Amino acid sequence: MVSFQKWRRSESAQGLFLISPTLGFVLLLLAVPLIMVAALSFWTQDYLTLDRTFTTANYVTAWTEPMYQYLMARSLKISIFVTAATVFLAYPVAYFISFHVAPKRKAMWIFLITIPFWTSYLMRIFLWKVILGYNGVINGSLTGLGIIDEPLSFILYNQNAVVLTLAHAWVPFAILPIFVALERVDRSLIEAAEDLGDSRLRRFLRVTLPLSMPGVIAATIIVFIPTIGDYVTPRLVGGPNGLMISNMIEMQFKKANNAPLGAALAISAMGIVTFFALVFLWVNRKYVKGPS
Amino acid sequence: MQGKTRFLKWFIGFFLLFLYAPAILLPVFAFNASSIVSFPLTGFTTEWFLVLFTNETLHLAARNSLLIAITTAIFSTLLAVLAARASTRFSFFGRRSIMGFVMLPMVLPEIIIGVSLLVVIIQMGFELSLWSITMGHILICTPFCIAILSSAFMNLDKSLEEASFDLGQTRWNTFWLVIFPLVMPGIIASLLIAFTISLDEFIIAFFLAGTEPTLPVYIWGQLRFPAKLPSLMALGTVLLLVSIGLLLIADYFRRRGISKTGIENTGGFL
Repeated sequence: MVSFQKWRRSESAQGLFLISPTLGFVLLLLAVPLIMVAALSFWTQDYLTLDRTFTTANYVTAWTEPMYQYLMARSLKISIFVTAATVFLAYPVAYFISFHVAPKRKAMWIFLITIPFWTSYLMRIFLWKVILGYNGVINGSLTGLGIIDEPLSFILYNQNAVVLTLAHAWVPFAILPIFVALERVDRSLIEAAEDLGDSRLRRFLRVTLPLSMPGVIAATIIVFIPTIGDYVTPRLVGGPNGLMISNMIEMQFKKANNAPLGAALAISAMGIVTFFALVFLWVNRKYVKGPS
Repeated sequence: MQGKTRFLKWFIGFFLLFLYAPAILLPVFAFNASSIVSFPLTGFTTEWFLVLFTNETLHLAARNSLLIAITTAIFSTLLAVLAARASTRFSFFGRRSIMGFVMLPMVLPEIIIGVSLLVVIIQMGFELSLWSITMGHILICTPFCIAILSSAFMNLDKSLEEASFDLGQTRWNTFWLVIFPLVMPGIIASLLIAFTISLDEFIIAFFLAGTEPTLPVYIWGQLRFPAKLPSLMALGTVLLLVSIGLLLIADYFRRRGISKTGIENTGGFL
């Protein structure tokens, strides 16, 4: 009893006590639901009646049916392109803010870059449809300037449009971790490289870039995992060939009324994304020398 | 040297144009007289804004969204205060993994959260309602609030608290008289951010909406009708201004909180 009394007053107990409501909430609303989705994926559903006998049939369907394989591969491809585009766009911006903006104005720049992320998600995607459309802003101005005769049709209702719109939505999320990593780069190391005769490019490649890799890796993971879950962007700007696995998951849960298959697809998608993220982290740890 | 900087500046210019293109075009089309959302512009009108005042369904959706956003802001900030205080003040068993787990909704695809909550609600035999959406929103807003509040709590000087104990104050009084006033700006910033996220959230709301729509769910339903688009542009403009206004206020409080504790401002909410 005495030791329990003592433990109750300890830092550990106070901390655990304090965090328990939050932890409990997340356990109840995230962990329990995720376990139920996992269970559901092993059951079957016939219209409204649920059959609770264990079966792997949903996973067999999810992994062997060509349509699902195809959608999964396409989603993965789009997510990889989005991640690459986002990180390549984000790096120079983060570099600019970290190295070329006066310290006093850095906060303002970061604020400037995060504002679009917080504003009207649906309208933002819809406006890309307006910008990229057949009679849209880009085609309108290009034909108006006489640069093209026919409106470009390859910019809307396909995978390019999905990649562009998703990259637009996620780029602030990629800039922040890269910016934080760049801020931590010890400037005297770059000066040392300069004194030792390294050129600008070599300094960047051998000092700045490797030291900021943790930010690049964080940005990659932060963008890659959630993009697979967006079903609004593919629906609005993707056209028939730009749909992704999330659209199928959403359909199984809503119109098709086959929640178990939807659950199996959702878990498979999560599994594949997590696998790729882990491979990416492993490759980085093995082949890219960062600050350990 | 000059050449490279100039290239970088051009890049930043194009990037900002790309980033702000939708936000700039939204009000342009909202004030455009044509009922078709495309260029060339045909004239100036405020008609599309006036339509918003008479739309009953829209008002109902807006009321629902406000209710959800306010509840979400309060509860996610409460949960985040506990987590942020616990993780910055105490070292306890499994702190890193518990915090990682609590922050998980931030990186999880939203469709997974929507799907899993939908499954639980249906399996438990509950009805989909505004409450189900609120629960989902609290779940995704809490990590953002924790991120903001952690920096507020981290900047607290522990000796202030100890001084208060030495002067004979209780734990409860110390929290209200010493700690709370210092983290107040962070709490306001957290409330505003959670409110903004909830007001705008669609993916989870669409999954969990019963018969009563939220504002984004309403907008989604209207996007199919070309005749409704100009008034949606007007609605989008209003929402854009509201969000930017709230963010500016939130940023003001976040910065005030930081300057109170005398730490250099590094910017950003995340």
